[in-house]
Amino acid sequence: MKELVIDAKRENLPAVLAFVDEQLEAVECPMLTQTSIDVAVEEVFINIASYAYDTEIGTATVQVTVLQDPLSVEITFIDNGTQYDPLAKEDPDITLPKQKRKKGGLGIFMVKKTMDDVVYEYKYGKNILTIKKKLNEE
Amino acid sequence: MDIKMKKNGTELTVEVIGRLDSLTAPELEDKLEESYEGIEKLILDLGKLEYISSAGLRVLLGAAQTMEEQSDEGELIVRNLTKPVRDVIELVGFDSAFTIE
Repeated sequence: MKELVIDAKRENLPAVLAFVDEQLEAVECPMLTQTSIDVAVEEVFINIASYAYDTEIGTATVQVTVLQDPLSVEITFIDNGTQYDPLAKEDPDITLPKQKRKKGGLGIFMVKKTMDDVVYEYKYGKNILTIKKKLNEE
Repeated sequence: MDIKMKKNGTELTVEVIGRLDSLTAPELEDKLEESYEGIEKLILDLGKLEYISSAGLRVLLGAAQTMEEQSDEGELIVRNLTKPVRDVIELVGFDSAFTIE
């Protein structure tokens, strides 16, 4: 398992993506899979950076674990901020005509649609969100 | 991200190059906000866009809504999608939100 502990600030997004991509490239993750993982990672990290902490700057911990049989990657995000379950949010209705669509709620919806598994836990005062994705599918 | 704009009468072509993510999307949104006036046809050329996240998609949806609201003839055309960008747009069903060429 590889771990990155970083200030939960929006401008740290490139560093978080670089860290995750490095692990994905080490296991020759297909490019499209990598893009979908990057989109999910961005969404989760930006959420933490934007909402987890009030005025103080807290940290986000990002852990990447590569699993075998089938080859997959598990990415866990941990913060000590306000308790928040992003999965509790209702999915946006993407069948609505565009004038009626709301712009919010899309991000976590994309995470749920593209990842094979998304699990949220609140333990010991920490938000723990884990996403999992198989790497062998294009 | 690089943005190149070309105006031709009421038609504005905006080429977006690189990555459209949470950090760069506000810049595109600002540039578009400054340019909407008098535009009936907005063309986003995404042929050199490598990556789009939900923040980028929100800008596209906002642009489609603004174009429709400001004129009866207003339309947004999204052009030259790369495969990763197309996949993301289709995933959220936005392929029905604007014209894709």
